[in-house]
Amino acid sequence: MKMQSVLAAKGPRLVTVSPQTPIDDALKLLSEHNIGALIAVDEGRVPVGMLSERDIIRSLAAGRGVRERTVGDLMTRDVVTGSPEDDIEAVLQTMTSRHFRHLPIMDDGALVGMVSLGDLVKAQLNDYRGAVDTLETRLMTP
Amino acid sequence: MPGSADQPLRVAIVGAGPSAFYAADHLLKQPGLTVEVDMFDRLPTPYGLVRFGVAPDHQKIKTVTHSFAEIAAHPRFRFYGCVEFGRDITLEEIRAHYHQVLFATGAQTDRHMGIPGEELRGSHPATSFVAWYNGHPDYRHCQFDLSQERAVVVGVGNVAIDVARILCLTAGELTASDMAPHAVEALSRSRIREVHVLGRRGPAQAAFSTPEIKEFGTLADVDVIMRPEEVALDPLSEAFVDSANDRGLCRKIELIQAYAAREPIGRARRVVFRFLVSPVELLDDGAGAVAGVRVVRNVLKASGSGSLAAEPTDDMETIPAGLVFRSVGYRGVALPGIPFHDRWGVILNERGRVIDPDSQAPVAGEYVTGWIKRGPSGVIGTNKPDSVETVTAMLEDATAGRTFTPTAPEVEAAEKLVRANQPRCLTFEDWQRLDALELEAGGRCGRPRVKFTSVDEMLAALGR
Repeated sequence: MKMQSVLAAKGPRLVTVSPQTPIDDALKLLSEHNIGALIAVDEGRVPVGMLSERDIIRSLAAGRGVRERTVGDLMTRDVVTGSPEDDIEAVLQTMTSRHFRHLPIMDDGALVGMVSLGDLVKAQLNDYRGAVDTLETRLMTP
Repeated sequence: MPGSADQPLRVAIVGAGPSAFYAADHLLKQPGLTVEVDMFDRLPTPYGLVRFGVAPDHQKIKTVTHSFAEIAAHPRFRFYGCVEFGRDITLEEIRAHYHQVLFATGAQTDRHMGIPGEELRGSHPATSFVAWYNGHPDYRHCQFDLSQERAVVVGVGNVAIDVARILCLTAGELTASDMAPHAVEALSRSRIREVHVLGRRGPAQAAFSTPEIKEFGTLADVDVIMRPEEVALDPLSEAFVDSANDRGLCRKIELIQAYAAREPIGRARRVVFRFLVSPVELLDDGAGAVAGVRVVRNVLKASGSGSLAAEPTDDMETIPAGLVFRSVGYRGVALPGIPFHDRWGVILNERGRVIDPDSQAPVAGEYVTGWIKRGPSGVIGTNKPDSVETVTAMLEDATAGRTFTPTAPEVEAAEKLVRANQPRCLTFEDWQRLDALELEAGGRCGRPRVKFTSVDEMLAALGR
């Protein structure tokens, strides 16, 4: 299964911030949109970092004045991106083995969406459910 | 909100394939909610790709239509065949008679390979061939040059596999299927002896499912050829398979490698599976027809996200062939007045709600399900959870009052309008009569069914 089939029904909504965005504003965005990560982009909308709940928790645990800082201070800079043509199974394996839960998707150089581990698990679950349903139909036929 | 016995929630569904029926079922089964479903299809017959896509020699898969017929028997369900959205019923007319519209129009067209020679005579989309042999009324006059000795199928999805298999069937196997009579006749006379199936990546990435590839080993008169060097896993694929812990994938690879170890035993036809090759050009015979396919050998490279992509090398070869079918992906067709994502070939949506590309907000009352929603992926059953997701969004919106505000939300008014716009429209009962006639005709000649392949034939059979 390709990443595109997950992206297609996710809608175009994509919440991005700049590295200069204050953490307080980023927290509001995460809460308002009920999401777990924000993509930090530069002026050309190219991803330059990811700010996840984990980044924030890590900083809070370290006890630094988190709310006075910016997205750029806390974000993970090593951004892995995917493409609509990627195989979901391979991407799921990478995300679980490398412990990241959100993947920005680039299509022909443009940022077109973000998928979460939850999105991919749901797509794979639906795929399995569909296969089981179809096999059952075959088996139930005399 | 609409949904009471006095004021039912009225839903128009455009398209009558699996995703349409699964959605209708979920809508009609809502406890405490009265829903009326009118289903429209531009063709006279329901069931979409179950009738015109599923291979004619896969009768068991088609039994899913029994459950669709049960859904259609619901007293608040109506089917209108021969009614095309935008021509026989417009969005404005739907808005006047229904609270919601659900588009389930599928992925009706193919993607192009984007290589020189693609438009030469003898080069076809696999979708046309599939529709032709399945008796789709729009494709019954298509011509395929089956006097050629070698055909190439580009792609290794299940549709590509169907096409390759159909080209290899014996006359006996053809008549045991419900293939359209014109196709049985043409394919019985086919001179094709060799079918090459081309996959751009390796066996671990091939999209076909294990039963489809296993089936080749059970066919009456076909040798399956695979090259040991192409089915051996490269280190990246091997690492993926080792860590994936996917028994199904392991079985598929074992099966492929077992085919590669076999020697041909001189059967009448050969199907040759090639991996790690991409077509770069279709060659002209000098008279505007295909003479061969120039292919490049690929190696696999991992992207940052771990997906393996094919990268071309400098190693080229030519496969002489007079017939080429491309099956490299499918895309939906834009509908009049509905936002469309051209690059992905789907209607832009968020969990089934159609999205306005400018405001990026949902368009009230408009929904999608199936392949026009998520693109072509999965098997028939995959459409069930997909349709449930969309119907959940539809019911949430109906509860919140985000629907059309129809001026005449009545069964009779809608029926009158549809019959005025398309006097030839067919009901589900009409289809059941046609179905019985097709089964009867099949029974007379020892076949599962003999399909009607033109709208006029169907209307004549109904005495209209």
